[in-house]
Amino acid sequence: MEVDQMQRQYLDYTKPLFLEGFLDGQFLQLQQLQDENNPDFVAEVVSLFFEDSERLLNDLTFSLEQKSIDFKKIDAHVHQLKGSSSSIGAQRVKNCCIAFRNFCEEQNIDACLSCLQQVKQEYCHVKNKLETLIRLEQQIVAAGGSIPTMEFSF
Amino acid sequence: MNLSNGKGSMSTVTTTAVMKSGDAVSDQFPAGLRVLVVDDDPTCLMILEKMLRTCLYEVTKCNRAESALSLLRENKNGFDIVISDVHMPDMNGFKLLEHIGLEMDLPVIMMSADECKSVVMKGVTHGACDYLIKPVRIEALKNIWQHVVRKKKNEWKDAEQSGSAEEGDRQPKASDEADYSSSANEGSWRNSKKRRDEEEEAEDRDDTSTLKKPRVVWSVELHQQFVAAVDQLGIDKAVPKKILELMNVPGLTRENVASHLQKYRLYLRRLSGVSQHQNNLNNSFLGSQEATFGTISSINGIDLQTLAVTGQLPAQSLATLQAAGLGRSTAKTGVPMPLMDQRNLFSFENPRVRFGEGQQQHLSSSKPMNLLLGIPTNMEPKQLANLHQSTQSIAGLNMRVNASATQGNPLMMQMPQSQPRGQMLSEKTGPRVPRLPSSLGQPTVSNGISNGFLGRNGIAGNNRGTAYNPVPPNSSLLSFPMNQSSEVSVNNSLPLGSSPGISSITTKGSFQEEVTSGIKASGGFPSYDIFNELHHQKSHDWEITNPGLTYGASHHANPLQGNIDVSPSVLVHQGFSSTQQTGQTRDATLIGKAMFSLGEGSEQDNLQNAVQHLHPLLVDNSIRVKAERIPDASSQTNLFPDHYVQEDLMSALLKQQEGMGPAESEFEFDAYSLDNIPV
Repeated sequence: MEVDQMQRQYLDYTKPLFLEGFLDGQFLQLQQLQDENNPDFVAEVVSLFFEDSERLLNDLTFSLEQKSIDFKKIDAHVHQLKGSSSSIGAQRVKNCCIAFRNFCEEQNIDACLSCLQQVKQEYCHVKNKLETLIRLEQQIVAAGGSIPTMEFSF
Repeated sequence: MNLSNGKGSMSTVTTTAVMKSGDAVSDQFPAGLRVLVVDDDPTCLMILEKMLRTCLYEVTKCNRAESALSLLRENKNGFDIVISDVHMPDMNGFKLLEHIGLEMDLPVIMMSADECKSVVMKGVTHGACDYLIKPVRIEALKNIWQHVVRKKKNEWKDAEQSGSAEEGDRQPKASDEADYSSSANEGSWRNSKKRRDEEEEAEDRDDTSTLKKPRVVWSVELHQQFVAAVDQLGIDKAVPKKILELMNVPGLTRENVASHLQKYRLYLRRLSGVSQHQNNLNNSFLGSQEATFGTISSINGIDLQTLAVTGQLPAQSLATLQAAGLGRSTAKTGVPMPLMDQRNLFSFENPRVRFGEGQQQHLSSSKPMNLLLGIPTNMEPKQLANLHQSTQSIAGLNMRVNASATQGNPLMMQMPQSQPRGQMLSEKTGPRVPRLPSSLGQPTVSNGISNGFLGRNGIAGNNRGTAYNPVPPNSSLLSFPMNQSSEVSVNNSLPLGSSPGISSITTKGSFQEEVTSGIKASGGFPSYDIFNELHHQKSHDWEITNPGLTYGASHHANPLQGNIDVSPSVLVHQGFSSTQQTGQTRDATLIGKAMFSLGEGSEQDNLQNAVQHLHPLLVDNSIRVKAERIPDASSQTNLFPDHYVQEDLMSALLKQQEGMGPAESEFEFDAYSLDNIPV
């Protein structure tokens, strides 16, 4: 595949992610931080995010399965997930977290459980998207091209 | 925001001319700024590190607060600024902030995904020089150097104040150099730092110490000594030279003291703005105090006896008060005062609470007398609660009042602080100001009520004195005045609303700005978080130093209080600006009203409303407050939730005020000139 073809493919794939709210401007910022000195910056941060989130989601699942639920702890976990997802630009995950926190405050177990499900789903979606996106980027770079910058105005 | 040249936001230009002094003006400033980032979230940490590196800063990252602290300790001068997350597993970000401020006096920026105003406010009041909301954008980071420069500039200024003429000459240069805020990026900040050092050096030579002094770390002990000295001198008489002499610490220079003094004042001012905390406190207090409120309301004249009867006032204090000839009977006019004073007490206490767990201990251990007056401002809500219980005296009442008054606290807090030790009189009972002893008893009561408007002056001082005073509680009666002053000082530290502090309080829309501006104003003195630790020992000392500060703020609130006759002379003595005093003499009812308005606010959103209410009161020297209050007053009775005992108090106050008359129409806060705070 030609570089510009790849680039086009990349853009076609990525733009909708932004338009649909999977990713937001923060992700663009991360991309801008990447440079020749740190060519894998985005990939590294994203994988850190994956690791961290999976750990948090596991903790959350575990906590919500307990007989007596510690909402404070859950809130702390969700808060952290909110922070990291917002730093990465995973907008939908972040929004889920916000709703989740509200339910935590209300100590509404059922709502929390369903929120957790939602967060997990959103996380899986965005994870897939990001993995594909990064793969596309790496292909372009490997082929000698440069990653096209997205032009959006948020 | 056009952070890419953050400096752009700051206006002016600085000039390359200024920078010259031999240092090559480098275009790289603020490149090389040494930043320490602390965050338990690895994703954020990595992103931040990358962003900061992109800004050409030197970054060190840490994912635990403890390791960050040890890094800082090993390398005292190794960092210029710290950025820390609020929520961390091993240590609360605010605690870290306090430690850093206390030990290293570095500017600290807090950040969090939590944009809740109360948390941001907490950051402000704990001394953070900025608060960033995650996700952090690189533009925000590009601008952080301003905090470093600002801090240095403030330090220079401090040195200047205490400096000699020569310093004065150098000052302009220094200021210019320090003025990075202006577009000048030239000159690395290191250059300016060097320059500052040079100037300090020169100043030192001119000054008592002859050698260039290394950066002084204000340890807890040192700070306590400082506060004791300031306390002894009285906030308005506390000049660096005298403080230095009193402290008698070898190697300490007047410039060090001057700079620390300035920070201290600002810190107190800032503290007074912590209405939020107070709100929290209030709630806790209110619950327990309800009974007392009723009593208070009847205390227009602040009968000590009444107080005593209610068990609020310790026998001792009562005796003292009476002995002092408070002449409660005359208190009629002053009635509002007492009530208000109480509020003041509380108000400042609340802020204190925030800062001082230590306070709690202090309080509980303090004798009843202390409790009355000296509700440690730093006391945390529980502490305050403890106090109340233990004191059960008027102080307790005050506390409650304060609690409810938290909103009004800023005002209240300010009052106490402004009063120098001896000045207790003026503090509490306004009219009775001269009567120190009597005011002792009264203040507590009124303080609570007056939330700071009226009582502040007197009450705050008193309360503080009791609680924090170094004077042993036993000696409370006699030393009451002393205590009071200490109290006052304490209150000062709590300055709720002094204008400078107020800005930090405003929770309103401009909150964000306020936060930063508030912080900026105070130069983000994290070091003042020492209060927590200090209050054990001398919490109130701090307050004394800022009596002026708080007082000023309180004054604003006070104008309304006509009833409080804080005798001008007394006030002056205390270092309050005379205008402040007038404020106090205003209707106490105003305060009460203000409180109510605050109270209302609390219903909805304690802090915010309170702040809002307070804010206009404090800051806006306008009748606005009045307008707000009046309606509030009328609706007071059922304004507050059950736990707000204030209602009774307030209604009592209001009634009195109505009787009082015209004061209400005089809500001008013109009396307030926070700037009057004598230095």
